[in-house]
Amino acid sequence: MSARGRLAPLLPGIVVAVGVTTYVIVLLGVESQTGIAALLAAGAGAVLAAARFGVAARMGRAFGKRDNFLNLLVVLAIVVLTVFFYEDHFVLLMVATVIIYVIACLGLNLQFGYSGVLNFAGAAFFGVGCYTAAVLTKNTDVPHLVILVAGGLMAATVGSVLLLPVLRTRGHYSAVVTIAFGLLFKIFLEVNDTLGGPQGLRVDGMNVLGWEFNDNIEIGENFEASFYVNYVVVGLILLVLAFALVRRIERSWIGLNLDAVRLDETAASCFGINIMRWKITAFILGNFLIGLAGALYAMMLGFIAPTNFTFGDSLILVSIVLLGGIGNPWGLAVATTILIIVPEKLQAIQEYRFLLFAVMVILILLFRPEGLLPRPLRAYFPGWRPK
Amino acid sequence: MNAAAEPLFAATGLGKLFGGVVALDKLDLQVFPNQILGLIGPNGSGKTTFFNVATGIYPTSEGRVRFDGADITNFSPQAVYRSGISRTFQHSRLSLSLSIFDNIMIGNHMHLNQGLWFNLVTRKAFRRQFEENFEQARTLVKVFDPPLADLMFEAVEGFPMIDRRRIEICRALISRPKLLLLDEPSAGMTHEETSELMGDILEVKERLRDLTIIIIEHQMDVIERITDSCVVLNFGQKICEGTYQEVARDPQVQQAYLGIE
Repeated sequence: MSARGRLAPLLPGIVVAVGVTTYVIVLLGVESQTGIAALLAAGAGAVLAAARFGVAARMGRAFGKRDNFLNLLVVLAIVVLTVFFYEDHFVLLMVATVIIYVIACLGLNLQFGYSGVLNFAGAAFFGVGCYTAAVLTKNTDVPHLVILVAGGLMAATVGSVLLLPVLRTRGHYSAVVTIAFGLLFKIFLEVNDTLGGPQGLRVDGMNVLGWEFNDNIEIGENFEASFYVNYVVVGLILLVLAFALVRRIERSWIGLNLDAVRLDETAASCFGINIMRWKITAFILGNFLIGLAGALYAMMLGFIAPTNFTFGDSLILVSIVLLGGIGNPWGLAVATTILIIVPEKLQAIQEYRFLLFAVMVILILLFRPEGLLPRPLRAYFPGWRPK
Repeated sequence: MNAAAEPLFAATGLGKLFGGVVALDKLDLQVFPNQILGLIGPNGSGKTTFFNVATGIYPTSEGRVRFDGADITNFSPQAVYRSGISRTFQHSRLSLSLSIFDNIMIGNHMHLNQGLWFNLVTRKAFRRQFEENFEQARTLVKVFDPPLADLMFEAVEGFPMIDRRRIEICRALISRPKLLLLDEPSAGMTHEETSELMGDILEVKERLRDLTIIIIEHQMDVIERITDSCVVLNFGQKICEGTYQEVARDPQVQQAYLGIE
């Protein structure tokens, strides 16, 4: 088949991708509150209509066979967005925040979406990554890219302390263990003077091979881009890696094991699947991703305090996974975008943010328990057909 | 039956207590290579408990279990599976939201490379293993139902009970076990469906050659048709054993099981 012939079925998808990117750019650019409200309503209407007339399902199938193409389109869209808003601190901060949250939620998705290990201490592990970055940037000369990895490793290590109680209990009880850990973590930070106590810590900006991330990018005399572009770029690279990791896990025997463990432990045991091994793998890998995201977040914000890592924040991470569609990385990307950008743009609802999230989660659980974008069946190699 | 042959599977004095309830009472049970043993008895007589003890889901209270020349008493379910025993469940325990292929591959766990590096990095090698296993699974499913073999990537929840049973048996057979434990495969199916499924099981047994089966079943015509010998349980005790004809004639069995005075 010619290149044109292969691309033809994807054409509607490309058109939609361009449309969605344009929509997001307009939404991010508009300042008037009524304008934003109208845009959001229009967006919701368009999505409902697309779902109603089966357009969404058809797109899903078309991309299902060529999903690398979809990945590429989304990366391109983020690049276009970044170029468009190259000097707008506020918008770029939002984009970077969404990216970082998606990385963290990918970790949560490994734990809770695949292996079924509940983790209501997401914000705490995120915090471990943040504080690791804060301490290491202040007191050591460790290269900052290594600090990102160290944040992940630290979160994974702290998480292994929880392994014993989490694995010995099931369902609600292991959820309670993680809730307790999250609360303890915040209190520990508040009373610990070395870690800044309730006032928190300053974190140095990222510096890779002499490139200062917290200086605006100046090229020539007239061009100056926001320093947040740096963080968007690093975040995007990490996101692509994390996404590829989670995808490969899902599309392998390991993903199958995790599903088997989540769905029926007894049956899984009877076919030789080591329940502990796979729960531990998912929990540790998931915490690594959450901690990694945390380390980048801390360096971007430049300041962290215990109030950033409350139980409420953990709940937001969990609700992103629930809203998006448990086990579907694309679903949680969409859910993160909605949950972070909408309250930032629509200031009227900012105060009622938690209330609205709660209502959304309840509505989703009632009417669409599989989430906004339900997880499709596993395709080990998308587009693969038996001979 | 070849009396000189070593039994493939032998339970001696096997007991299981749940608190004060005796679920299995010093059960002696043997099955010889390539035989089909029927395990019958009224509800609550300990048949499924026996499967659960034999596969390591419950620890034994007393007695030994030998399989294929080794003592497997109190092995973990994982170790029992690796030693070559595979099973189905009374209430189908498939993962309904996964595809047929996924479900069958869960059963082939011990033959799949579980290494992180293999699964995540060397995708070419993974693909080879995936394709080989796909062919194996499809061939096996074809024996049971050819149309099903074209729907390997459909979710199990969309299929009727008979297909689910077939998939469950395929999941148990894909790892080429020496001993297959079937826990009431006819539950929830019509008479014709049961008959068809039993035909399929006999055909598969023929093809795989080296396969021994213990089957729990309530339908007596099934037992009569496919088993070489039977063991009758009542209140956790073996009350009778022999061929179906012998067992059916036994007055104790008639009293306990068939309800005839």
